[in-house]
Amino acid sequence: MAHVTYLEALRQGLWEEMERDPRVFILGEDVGAYGGAFKVTDGFVKRFGTERVIDTPISEAAIVGAAAGAAHMGMRPVAEMQFIDFISCAYDMLTNYVATARYRAGLGTPIVVRGPCGGYVRGGPFHSQNPEAAFFHTPGLKIVYPATARDAKGLIKASIRDDDPVIYLEHKWLYRRIKEALPEGEEILTPIGEARLAREGKDLSIVTYGATVWKSLEAAEQLAKEDGLAVEVLDLRTLLPMDDAAIMRSVQKTNKALIVHEDTRTGGVAGEIAARINEQAFAWLDGPIMRVTAHDVPLPYAPTLEDFVLPQTDDIVKAARWLAAY
Amino acid sequence: MPPRAAPTQSPPIPAGLTQSQLLEIYRYLRLTRTLEERLTALYRQSKVIGGLFRSLGQEGESVGSAYALNRGRNQDVLSPLIRNLGSMLVMGAEPVQILRQYMAKAEGPTHGREQNVHFNDLEKGYLGQISHLGDMIPVMAGIALTFKLRAEPRVGLVYIGDGATSTGTFHEGLNFAAVQRVPLVVVAEYNRWAYSTPPEKQFAVKDLAEKAKGYGVPAVTVDGNDVLAVYEATRFAVERARRGHGVHFIEVKTYRRKGHAEHDDQHYVPKDELDWWAAENDPVDRYVKQLVRNEWAEERELKAIDAAVAAEIDRATDACVDEPLPAGDSALGGVYLDPPAAPRHWYRSL
Ligand SMILES: Cc1ncc(C[n+]2csc(CCOP(=O)(O)OP(=O)(O)O)c2C)c(N)n1
Ligand SMILES: [Mg+2]
Repeated sequence: MAHVTYLEALRQGLWEEMERDPRVFILGEDVGAYGGAFKVTDGFVKRFGTERVIDTPISEAAIVGAAAGAAHMGMRPVAEMQFIDFISCAYDMLTNYVATARYRAGLGTPIVVRGPCGGYVRGGPFHSQNPEAAFFHTPGLKIVYPATARDAKGLIKASIRDDDPVIYLEHKWLYRRIKEALPEGEEILTPIGEARLAREGKDLSIVTYGATVWKSLEAAEQLAKEDGLAVEVLDLRTLLPMDDAAIMRSVQKTNKALIVHEDTRTGGVAGEIAARINEQAFAWLDGPIMRVTAHDVPLPYAPTLEDFVLPQTDDIVKAARWLAAY
Repeated sequence: MPPRAAPTQSPPIPAGLTQSQLLEIYRYLRLTRTLEERLTALYRQSKVIGGLFRSLGQEGESVGSAYALNRGRNQDVLSPLIRNLGSMLVMGAEPVQILRQYMAKAEGPTHGREQNVHFNDLEKGYLGQISHLGDMIPVMAGIALTFKLRAEPRVGLVYIGDGATSTGTFHEGLNFAAVQRVPLVVVAEYNRWAYSTPPEKQFAVKDLAEKAKGYGVPAVTVDGNDVLAVYEATRFAVERARRGHGVHFIEVKTYRRKGHAEHDDQHYVPKDELDWWAAENDPVDRYVKQLVRNEWAEERELKAIDAAVAAEIDRATDACVDEPLPAGDSALGGVYLDPPAAPRHWYRSL
């Protein structure tokens, strides 16, 4: 078993799929000679050539649109957004063209659009975004968001093999922070649509995804030590389609639900999760469904401001404590 | 600098500039370079919190183009990119504010909310970009449209990188501005790189000027490292726009001598190419040679400017380097005029 980072796991997953399936190709800005702004595709052009690792113009709408066209014709394109913040430039393509293609025209569009997202890195308002909510509202897209190295690999492979369009969100704060032993020679595939129990507990459920999985685990550890609380942490891994069954299983066991995400609050994914718990598990609840999220402002640059705006471990501890005592 | 009579045998100063203006242009070039060197030092000390994007080798086109605008309160307006620090300085941005902004200081122009040159002072005449490339073209078209609608004799100027001419917003904005015949000058910086991507992978035309022609916009290509040539071309375009002749496009050929940002080791850049631009085609060196050779300035005067600029940057650094970062909860203010602040989350008061 070799220890690999989240970034290396993602890279391996992409590499293996490129090796396995000649229909897979990569397109994006600076993905070839430079190997990607974060080096996710480092070395790919050497192995697979410039026809399968395409350095594109700075044209996100064209990158996604061209990926869609190629996918209709049987290819399996993986489009990189240099920072996920720039996916907004391809919003029209994704929500109007790609997401509706199967429903309105019976066209399969098996593309993956991936890119570094998330804050805690002093990136300021345009290099820190979590864009999931903007796409979560669009039927026809799938959205995955790995928190572990294993899932970074397993989900990129599953996304490439999926017959529908997948937005793959990778957290840049996790890129080199997470290291995990992954078996060599074994194929890792993470099923899309299945949550993962990251920590078992009986007193309270934290439903989360992305970087805040790690902050929630830290909080759970602290609550175990200081309060003797057994907090369960559910890592959603896929946001669309959402694993309702796993959420309800956990809430029915603990009777308390705290939803944590890094994205801003209003119109965020947590609101939808809360509604589903309310609809499907209300009778099991022993307290209000609560949220820990970013504040409703653009993400600022200064460390003091960013730390204030984003959810921190301490926030999760406080909110969980309050809810456990409810 | 008191005006002096030109030496009798020296060639005439071009573009209607005076000798003291030539020295002022030199001062802005030196200020840009010295300030960036200071920022680099602060970056290495981790005092600059985010990335640092240098304009080394491109100071000439920034300063030369901005200098062609009417400056002062509520005159012309430009929108700079990350490599147009020189343009902002020409428009009156203060070095201390730039330093504060890079270091995310509370007293900085965005109070720590934004980074690098992403800030504005519309009265002085600069509107900061956002990161999304191309977006400032339509926005500046709207600013210029307002000048037209109000019949104000003002002009907008917007920069765009060679890479960013691939964005949709560039094309929509340029076409919009052309159709509306707004007083806008577009300065397109052909600096050989867009991050690691060379022009051949970015567009299939040779010169960016060809793109403008497709929208019916008159376009010229100039040597971007010849400060006075850039000034002259921009001056012509600006005055033409001011007279109501609509958009004008200036392509400046230059070279990005540093990596995309300071973290980039430029391994994809041919070393001899870099060396050539540094040794043979540095805009500041060229300008100095031009001033001295034509006897438009004496080396002694330039040295005095260098010393004054260095002292100014020292003072600006000393004034702000130890200032505090903004208070965390100031992040909540200013999302709307009313209500003035976003709500603080419930668990923060537990
Ligand atoms: C819409 C969009 N896509 C991608 C990026 C990421 N990005 C930032 S700068 C850059 C290269 C810009 O090249 P160019 O326009 O030539 O400007 P230069 O850096 O040479 O000044 C890229 C790809 C971005 N800022 N905006
Ligand atoms: Mg460029």
